[in-house]
Amino acid sequence: MSYLEEGFSLRSWLTTNDHKRIAVLYMLAITGFFFLGGAAAAIMRLELATPAGDLVSAGTYNRLFTIHGVVMVWFFLIPSIPSVLGNFLVPIMIGAKDMAFPRLNLASWYIYVLGGIFTIAALIAGGVDTGWTFYTPYSTRFSDSNVLLVIAGVFIVGFSSILTGLNIIVTVHRLRAPGLTWFRLPLFIWANYATSLILLLATPVLAMTLTLVGLERFFGVGIFDPALGGDPLLFQHLFWFYSHPAVYIMVLPAMGVASEIIPCFARRPVFGYRMMAYAILGIASIGFLVWGHHMFVSGQSMYAGIVFSMLSFLVAIPSAIKVFNWTATLYKGSIVFSAPMLYALGFVGLFTIGGMTGLFLASLALDVHLTDTYFVIAHFHYIMVGGAVMAYLGGIHFWWPKISGRLYPEMLARIAALTIFFGFNLTFFPQYLLGWLGMPRRYHEYPPELQLLNVLSSAGAAVLAVGYLLPLMYLGWSLFFGKRASDNPWRATGLEWQTTSPPPKHNFEAEPVVTTGPYGYDPAR
Amino acid sequence: MTGAVTLAIFVVMTVFAIRYRAGSPADRAHPPAQNRWVETAWIVAPLAIFLAFFAWAAVVYAGFYTRRDGAMTVYVVGKQWMWKVEHANGRREIDELHLPVGEPVHLLLSTQDAIHSFYVPAFRIKQDAVPGRYTSLWFTPTREGEYRLSCAEYCGTDHARMGGRVVVLSPPAFAEWLQKGNQNAPLAARGFELFRRKGCSGCHVNSTVHAPDLAGIFGRVVHLSDGRSLRADEAYLRDSILLPKRDVVAGYEPIMPSFQGQLSEDELAALVSYLKDTR
Repeated sequence: MSYLEEGFSLRSWLTTNDHKRIAVLYMLAITGFFFLGGAAAAIMRLELATPAGDLVSAGTYNRLFTIHGVVMVWFFLIPSIPSVLGNFLVPIMIGAKDMAFPRLNLASWYIYVLGGIFTIAALIAGGVDTGWTFYTPYSTRFSDSNVLLVIAGVFIVGFSSILTGLNIIVTVHRLRAPGLTWFRLPLFIWANYATSLILLLATPVLAMTLTLVGLERFFGVGIFDPALGGDPLLFQHLFWFYSHPAVYIMVLPAMGVASEIIPCFARRPVFGYRMMAYAILGIASIGFLVWGHHMFVSGQSMYAGIVFSMLSFLVAIPSAIKVFNWTATLYKGSIVFSAPMLYALGFVGLFTIGGMTGLFLASLALDVHLTDTYFVIAHFHYIMVGGAVMAYLGGIHFWWPKISGRLYPEMLARIAALTIFFGFNLTFFPQYLLGWLGMPRRYHEYPPELQLLNVLSSAGAAVLAVGYLLPLMYLGWSLFFGKRASDNPWRATGLEWQTTSPPPKHNFEAEPVVTTGPYGYDPAR
Repeated sequence: MTGAVTLAIFVVMTVFAIRYRAGSPADRAHPPAQNRWVETAWIVAPLAIFLAFFAWAAVVYAGFYTRRDGAMTVYVVGKQWMWKVEHANGRREIDELHLPVGEPVHLLLSTQDAIHSFYVPAFRIKQDAVPGRYTSLWFTPTREGEYRLSCAEYCGTDHARMGGRVVVLSPPAFAEWLQKGNQNAPLAARGFELFRRKGCSGCHVNSTVHAPDLAGIFGRVVHLSDGRSLRADEAYLRDSILLPKRDVVAGYEPIMPSFQGQLSEDELAALVSYLKDTR
């Protein structure tokens, strides 16, 4: 009996301790938030189709980009792969019956929902106009919007991240199947493990920082506002100490997904497995030391800027290793261009562009021109949307047979993957050029000579919207009408493919024993 | 360079993707699981290139933040949602900045409310104006013309409308422009008047109270009571007026009261300008 048949009532879902069901709960919740954040983006792109601010007022526009950022970062991207795919797969991939703390796992979903309620309440109460970065003293003294409500929402959802991270760390340490040594772990596990370490170490800093913002705004405790004896740069240091590693929270699991899909559809072992694992750990640790590259023109010391710039170049090295190794994995493979593979290759391509343009921003003198322009917007969307969302969708397709027990329509899925890839590039590539031409971010209006590129970007957003709606529809359809999936439709290695589709409540009939490393693919077979 | 590397990766990926597509007759014997030499090469080569980029960009960046002697200081104050500019002779302008071509310029930025960022895309310069402190940037306009000026740090409702233009004139045209229009008394003169009216001169000039004499203070090395020493610049002068207990000069008691909240940004600019000139 599969985990889906364990109970059909709403109550059986809302009180479940099964990591797979909790993963599905997360999937539903974050999908809702994804389309909420997407709707805000759609209105922004419509507004930016003309240079004048004619569709929405400046105040509304500022609330739109704030809610887009808050929702997409904290309510979609950060929980996306760890809380959905990680939750579903980590125990199965290591041969465990469940997470180490199943009830805590359910609690983190409820905490997530509570944080979401606060955020939506702030939206209904009129929104927030500080930007997702909450820079002081604007957020503590000048904004007259619902800053406290949103801060409360983000503060709460942070605990959900912390608990999920804790759960994954303990699970990987304690519940690996007999014979599953650290260097036999799939890279997806390595990636989620490293991500969980970041979640655990960085998120408390965010919670503390937001608490201080709340204290200053509500009680007038002087921490960041110089009029009260505080220092606004302190806020930026604390905020980016969390928010830069947060980028790796989004992209490391995406790398993990790509590292599962690419070997499977190239039919050969991942190239340089150990180096891939070390690169993950390298990114996670150096990633903590580069936050100051968000502040090259903020008024921080020039010498601090120089050190942060050098460290930012260093963190690019392990990322480059990963791109080279994925490419080398294709060499002498036997490549099948299925939908998950298209997403994974799309991920590698877009991540490469995003990473390469990251080097522009790490270069001090170039960053002086490019920071806070659309170049930055394009750069981090290539990493977060081109990278993380592509990989998330690739992962959802790859493991869809395992999650739902059904096959998705392959042709439609390939069309959707290509539509998203095309739409994404059309949306965000022109933004690099806009940034180069000096269009600052968070602009409700812009000079007329920049209209052509903005119209291209808005047109791309329309294509992208279609691309994102397609999977929502055909995956929903396949839940009820899709062909039943076999246990291992991709002929993949990995413990998750050795159990039934969908797996039973405790994942395996008998505890698996591991005798070899991962990715035992052979291009001849 | 980065474009070439990106392109190279994409070409290799595409070639592999086509050559090794399922069912193609390509040779697949002995796929390498790892190769130490190849892996080392593609760590070391990017590292060398990255460090070269880093050094180049850092040198240019340091140029923006290194004091240039003889640079013309322009006092820029950001406020929601305009840029207020004052030149040393008291010529004021709003949302515009006139500069002479070929002369090194020192922007001294401050803000009355939120953080703003002074951004001239054509000059490739940007610097945040941060509440409670001065920030500085040095550059030299090289070509006459009009250039767009924007605010690049989100500062509230009309952020997108905050800005105007920078006008670079020939030196004679600039000298003429400086003398006409919206004119105050020169900054330093107003600073001298404030220096007496606010009571600074009571302690700092020929006084029996123990306070350092300020003649020729600007640019001098100052030794502090906690053992540090620093070179007196605009940021130090500002801090010493608003946060006098922060950097106490060696040999003096921390008895000076703070002027926090008692001076506007304009008045601070005047005082700092006077202190820079006083000999």
